[in-house]
Amino acid sequence: MTDVQKRADQVSLIIDGVEVVAEKGELVIRVAERMGIAIPRFCDHPLLAPAGACRQCLVEVEGQRKPVASCTQTVAEGMVVKTQLSSPVAAKAQAGVMELLLINHPLDCPTCDKGGECPLQNQAMSTGRADSRFKEEKREYEKPIHISSQVLLDRERCVLCQRCTRFSEEIAGDKFIDLMDRSSGEQINVYRDDFFGGAGTGDGQVGEGEGDVAFNSYFSGNTIQICPVGALTGEQYRFRARPFDLVSTPSACEHCASGCSQRTDHRRGKVLRRLAGDDPAVNEEWNCDKGRWGFRYATATDRILTPQIRDTKTGELREASWSEALLAAAEGLKAAKERGVGVLTGGRLTVEDAYAYAKFARTVLGTNDVDFRARPLRATGSPVTTTEEADFLAAAVAGITEVTYEQVENAPSVVLAGLEPEEESPILFLRLRKGHIRRKLRVTAVSAYLSRGLEKIGAALVAAVPGDEAHILASDAAVAEALGAPGALLIVGERLATVPGALSAAADLAARTGAKLAWVPRRAGDRGAIDAGCLPNLLPGGRPVTDDAARAALSLAWKVDAGVVPGTPGRDTDRIIAAAADGTLGALLVGGVDPADLADPTLAENALDTVPFLVSLEMRQSAVTRRADVVLPIAPAVEKAGTYMDWEGRLRSFGAVLKSTAMTDGRVLEAIAALLDVSLNTGDVNAVRRELGGLPGSTLPSPVRPSVAAARAAQPAENQAVLATWHQLIDLGSLLDGDQVLAGTARPPVARIGKDLAESLGLADGDLVTVGTDRGSITLPAAITDLPPRVVWLPTNSPGSTVRRSLGVTAGAVVTLTAGVPGPILAEEAAR
Amino acid sequence: MGTFTGSFKGFGVTFAHMFRKVITTDYPFSPPKPAPRYHGRHILNRHPDGLEKCIGCELCAWACPADAIYVEGGDNTDEQRFSPGERYAKIYQINYARCIFCGLCIEACPTRSLTMSNEYELARDSRQDLIFTKKELLAPLLPGMEQPPHPMLLGETDKDYYVGALTNPGTSVGAERAPISQGDAE
Repeated sequence: MTDVQKRADQVSLIIDGVEVVAEKGELVIRVAERMGIAIPRFCDHPLLAPAGACRQCLVEVEGQRKPVASCTQTVAEGMVVKTQLSSPVAAKAQAGVMELLLINHPLDCPTCDKGGECPLQNQAMSTGRADSRFKEEKREYEKPIHISSQVLLDRERCVLCQRCTRFSEEIAGDKFIDLMDRSSGEQINVYRDDFFGGAGTGDGQVGEGEGDVAFNSYFSGNTIQICPVGALTGEQYRFRARPFDLVSTPSACEHCASGCSQRTDHRRGKVLRRLAGDDPAVNEEWNCDKGRWGFRYATATDRILTPQIRDTKTGELREASWSEALLAAAEGLKAAKERGVGVLTGGRLTVEDAYAYAKFARTVLGTNDVDFRARPLRATGSPVTTTEEADFLAAAVAGITEVTYEQVENAPSVVLAGLEPEEESPILFLRLRKGHIRRKLRVTAVSAYLSRGLEKIGAALVAAVPGDEAHILASDAAVAEALGAPGALLIVGERLATVPGALSAAADLAARTGAKLAWVPRRAGDRGAIDAGCLPNLLPGGRPVTDDAARAALSLAWKVDAGVVPGTPGRDTDRIIAAAADGTLGALLVGGVDPADLADPTLAENALDTVPFLVSLEMRQSAVTRRADVVLPIAPAVEKAGTYMDWEGRLRSFGAVLKSTAMTDGRVLEAIAALLDVSLNTGDVNAVRRELGGLPGSTLPSPVRPSVAAARAAQPAENQAVLATWHQLIDLGSLLDGDQVLAGTARPPVARIGKDLAESLGLADGDLVTVGTDRGSITLPAAITDLPPRVVWLPTNSPGSTVRRSLGVTAGAVVTLTAGVPGPILAEEAAR
Repeated sequence: MGTFTGSFKGFGVTFAHMFRKVITTDYPFSPPKPAPRYHGRHILNRHPDGLEKCIGCELCAWACPADAIYVEGGDNTDEQRFSPGERYAKIYQINYARCIFCGLCIEACPTRSLTMSNEYELARDSRQDLIFTKKELLAPLLPGMEQPPHPMLLGETDKDYYVGALTNPGTSVGAERAPISQGDAE
């Protein structure tokens, strides 16, 4: 053996006659892979712990009596490995294992979805025998089992590699699919019947239901993707296409701010499936079910393809040509400019489109009344003059990319506040869980209760009555102590905006302890909109609008007169809505906002009705388009190129998947601007990227962080409680429309109450409880949970629980509780 | 002299042919019968109860070197059953403007659903009409067959249909002469 340069923590070995240096503890199969030697395998997956379950990767190791499984064998100094390429023994062993695996495999490849991209099919051809000596009857099972509305299990195709069970246990933490029975009857199955503890979930977790427990996981689609045979298939893609039909395009997920890279497969102009992309820095090889299956909204029947304008005679919307509609929009906006135009952009925009809105508002409309935040910005009832969140975003978020997924995984301690990672940022949840499992990451959560998601990341709960988060962040010793270690992270969610003083306290706490601060919004476009300048107090690039030098530099770059960009902060979403409702504003320009997401949907819809001129840039019919004077159709994410910015501040660029004539928001705005003699130059994605890259850098120190006094939680009276609420991952969001199968995997909406409320109301688990305000009420089955006294939790926007529309309040508000369905008066209210 | 003998030679050939067997055909009044294995237009066969043999697996489309076949699979349900088993061809099209009649598709077919008939009269006066859909390709219903969708009549499971299917070449007799409705391709 020749001497090869190697470090002390390395060993050298020989594989197929080639000497190679490997890290100590590395697996033989991984080293071979690096050398370009493909050893067949089923159970081996680089992100899962070694199992040695399928035995397909047998290789010959000199000195060993029998072939060994290379996926569990770690390298050793001087080891001599011969794979099937150089060893007849290994080749014969592999062929034998393949023959055994195929004994009970039904070989129904023609009907199987995996056919054509199946590792079993491929490796049977490459390393299997030409024929089988097995002549007996094959084992048969009932097929397929629906283990959730989305995931189907064909047990007879299974080769028992346990990738799915290891994924659900190691990565997702939802263990409800497992190996069952013994010997030839061994199979993958779900905990369903009495024998497997039908009364609970059978996994020691908090039971989400009883008996027939569905595969209740937000990550179940990954098991389909990693299944090396066709045992797990998805309902949505079932029998739809073959791999050779599909055109694959790398894409980025448009749902949440996690920023998953994806692969979108389409056939003849129609997206058929999406798979998790491989990006080790972000989503590794996983994604959530929402990102995987939530793409059918773009082909929904209510898609708008032609511009519409409101007919002056009939008052109804009618279809119009692009030139007519653009002219109507331009004239209406020009006429309304005097009184003021508000721009609401929503959180679904790409960075390029958000920049187009920000630039359009400043240069064409001459206003800073632009806000991307389509959600409650402050606590119910707080004065609209507070700008705590906007100030926080300017000081601690805009232009800052300090915290990454890698840091989350390797941090000694993470404090979460106002964020339920599993529901609101699933890939962040997976990273937190990886850190917790592999590196003993300590998670502290400031939350109303220890949810199943928080349990799975081993979080220590600092119980907070909604409204008390600010006080806890400001003064709780446990939280401050958890942030003391170097590298500790404070991760706050967008919901903290509804607690007065909470974002101030968070920024303050981070500065005090030296912990890094990350802000995690819920939507894909949120973070990018901040940096693109879709805020009333920020210009593109995180420059404050009050800064004269920044405005001058930007005016120069945009080639507009110095006075065009106003120097006072504009109105935020709530104030734009209020100004539109009381008739102050002359027009609204709305892109991708659902009024139901705003703090008060009724007021928002009033505002849309009242405002004299309403322009809507939308993809599908919505509450906004129905009220608009001009509706301009824009492209869904699959039909345009763009960039999302994930919560880290990382750019997730993607190209158009489908060719279409649909236009981006930026191109539509550019056309309107052109009619008003302004050259917006946002029609081409690459031009926008160049322009964004060429903007003069901000030389100012970042603005001072807000200092709002920490509020305390409201004090509920008898029969009242404080409302805790957040979104569930799969809910009534408009990007999940059009897919009943996916909706079937949503968690059932329940009203969570503590023992104290259950006792005082005389409720047991599953009894109906009604949560009401003077606006209306929500009735859901109660789930008795370990909540702080006098707190009730509701899903924000799930079937039967639309908190903002039905109750008109947000988290921290006081609501009344009654047992059972509402009485006649409340029922009347609810119906109204 | 040479001219004289030369024209005798030439006419000799002509006269000789007058007494040979005629090889021109009386097409289209009595069209010739091709060889039994002639690759004519395709037929999608049926099981004896009328269910389709095609399972929509797309192997024919995969095998096709001319990209002439388009298939989209679909789910059989107990209410809407077109073939035994779980899967059937929701859309099946062969584009005869592309097909080169090589027969690789029928070799690929795992259920002997797709076979070729001897029919060669495939000229149409529009490209659209050259795309044959299930309507044209499916074998006609013979006596005892029922138009799908209907439940499996020949057995409890799809296995009862497929075991032995290879020895039963199908019920495609006469399919090539099935009336073809033109212009309503899917």
